[in-house]
Amino acid sequence: MELVCPAGGLPALRTAVDHGADAVYLSLRGEVNARNFPGLNFDRKTLVKGIQYAHSHGARVYMALNTYPQPDLFDQATAAIDVAAAEGIDAVILADMGVMRYAAQTHPELKLHLSVQGSATTADALNFYHERFGVRRAVLPRVLSLAQVEQVIKRSKIDIEVFGFGSLCVMVEGRCMLSSYATGDAPNTHGACSPAHAVRWIETDKGREARLNGVLIDTFKPGESAGYPVICKGRYQVGDAPEHFYAIEEPTSLSTLDILPDLYRIGVRAIKLEGRQRSPAYVAEATRVMRAAIDACHENPEGFRVKPDWAQALAGMSEGRTQTLGALHRAWQ
Amino acid sequence: MKLSLGPIQYYWPRQKVMDFYAMVAKAPVDLVYLGENVCSKRRELRAADWLDVAHRLADAGKTVILSSLALLEAESERLALERLVGNGHFMVEANDATALGLLVGQNFVAGPHINTYNAATLAELRAMGAIRWVLPVELSSSVLQQMHDARPEGLETEVIVFGKLPLAFSARCFTARAHNVPKDACGLACLDDPGGKYLNTQDSGELLTVNGIQLQSAEPSNLVEVLPDIAAMGVDVVRLLPEPEHMAEVIEAFRDCIDGHLSPQQALARIEGLFPRFSDGYWHGAAGMSWHQQMPV
Repeated sequence: MELVCPAGGLPALRTAVDHGADAVYLSLRGEVNARNFPGLNFDRKTLVKGIQYAHSHGARVYMALNTYPQPDLFDQATAAIDVAAAEGIDAVILADMGVMRYAAQTHPELKLHLSVQGSATTADALNFYHERFGVRRAVLPRVLSLAQVEQVIKRSKIDIEVFGFGSLCVMVEGRCMLSSYATGDAPNTHGACSPAHAVRWIETDKGREARLNGVLIDTFKPGESAGYPVICKGRYQVGDAPEHFYAIEEPTSLSTLDILPDLYRIGVRAIKLEGRQRSPAYVAEATRVMRAAIDACHENPEGFRVKPDWAQALAGMSEGRTQTLGALHRAWQ
Repeated sequence: MKLSLGPIQYYWPRQKVMDFYAMVAKAPVDLVYLGENVCSKRRELRAADWLDVAHRLADAGKTVILSSLALLEAESERLALERLVGNGHFMVEANDATALGLLVGQNFVAGPHINTYNAATLAELRAMGAIRWVLPVELSSSVLQQMHDARPEGLETEVIVFGKLPLAFSARCFTARAHNVPKDACGLACLDDPGGKYLNTQDSGELLTVNGIQLQSAEPSNLVEVLPDIAAMGVDVVRLLPEPEHMAEVIEAFRDCIDGHLSPQQALARIEGLFPRFSDGYWHGAAGMSWHQQMPV
């Protein structure tokens, strides 16, 4: 299993490579990638440096271009594809069929991966992207159980990558408009979920309010740890329920550490770490732990045991210090 | 400009579905999209029942399209989709890439859950066989204008102009979660909420509607006031999404406005009292939840 690590910038890229990433994924600046945050991502000069660094250390570089560009942004997306091809990117990670057509036609040698934003949840959907655009690998949305992932791998003609650790997206990626509903900006349209410009923290008598474009996402009591206000991880009241609760999902992180041998056994080709918006220190620690765990899994899948220091390190980096297998564990659903 | 009725997004008892489509058969809509596209556990009507309803509506002069699931997870869902695509009579609306794969080479409708955000994607869909595309709900009028102007020959444009907006799908069932039961033991709790359940923020505002594995907007989107602009653009079809109450009045108001028997303001006045609030932010390139009457001018 390949370890694919996030690189929000050049320092994170170097760190990921130094700590054992087989591949890193990154983006050019702009609204054509799904992590369009201020201060993140690459310009062409740093991209070239990043590719040189990775390639000289035997690591691959993937470029995520995974929003759905609207007419005004379409040329920016195709220009990014041209840059990827010209600079020797090892694969581009795409979601939009128009962009895929452009890439397949203009740069037939460029490898295409289907982004998690492409919302492909069945082998037929994956085979459709393979046959129509030559897609060779896909990242699965975090909505399938382990048994369902196994079925998909058995019937699909392409490699499967799954998220191994990081922030948990509860919705089918590419199908969630909660952020644009509240703020006007969302991953599909502007490459950002709950954009920072819409976030407000307000101290009140009842506690600290987290608001997103005015919408009250949650109220935190003094001392209570407060997560970033995304709609899906707020506390609400539903129907005639007597109290407010995490009606969609608690603040928690996905961690597949415990089931790495299962993922290996069913034929998962790559494990992806979420977090292009994270610090180089985070990337270093997450990469180090997952490198060691994947190596141990490859060496002896039957005898694989999670080492306490791995679990502790990942727990320390998790949202709300809790972890879940998400949909991979049927009961979560 | 034709008027269409989207699939029912909720779980209604069999008799309510039958009564609803008996009303629709007599209502002034041109196209009807039928079927379950939210949760495959909703089986008050079997595939054969849906086909019966389809034939009855076709006999009443409606163009019927069978709408596919927006999120497929299980093998059984894929098999059901294969049967839907092979129904031999009615066109299918694709709502995910699985359906696209099965429909390549046939005429089909690219539904609102296919992410169609630019003209290159429109060209791709047309090349596969799409004869109509539906504007994704989060896109604005100016994007619609650009895409509609650049659409390939033979591709019609459809825009959702009324109804609670489908905003997100998950593996998790939020209705089951609200009842504190696992999804596998949901007890078909959706049947108790024919219009979904409101999700309220801590300062009591209704933000969303919980509808099984789907989250919708709390209030219906309503573009009745801009129908003349939509018609002037040359949009071919406008779609209403069913709500459990007042749909006959909503259909009449939109029909009369399209036909010029009511001004947009009169049409709005007709349906204003029937729902607590509306939204139209996406149309104006703003947050989807906003409503122009509250927007700063």
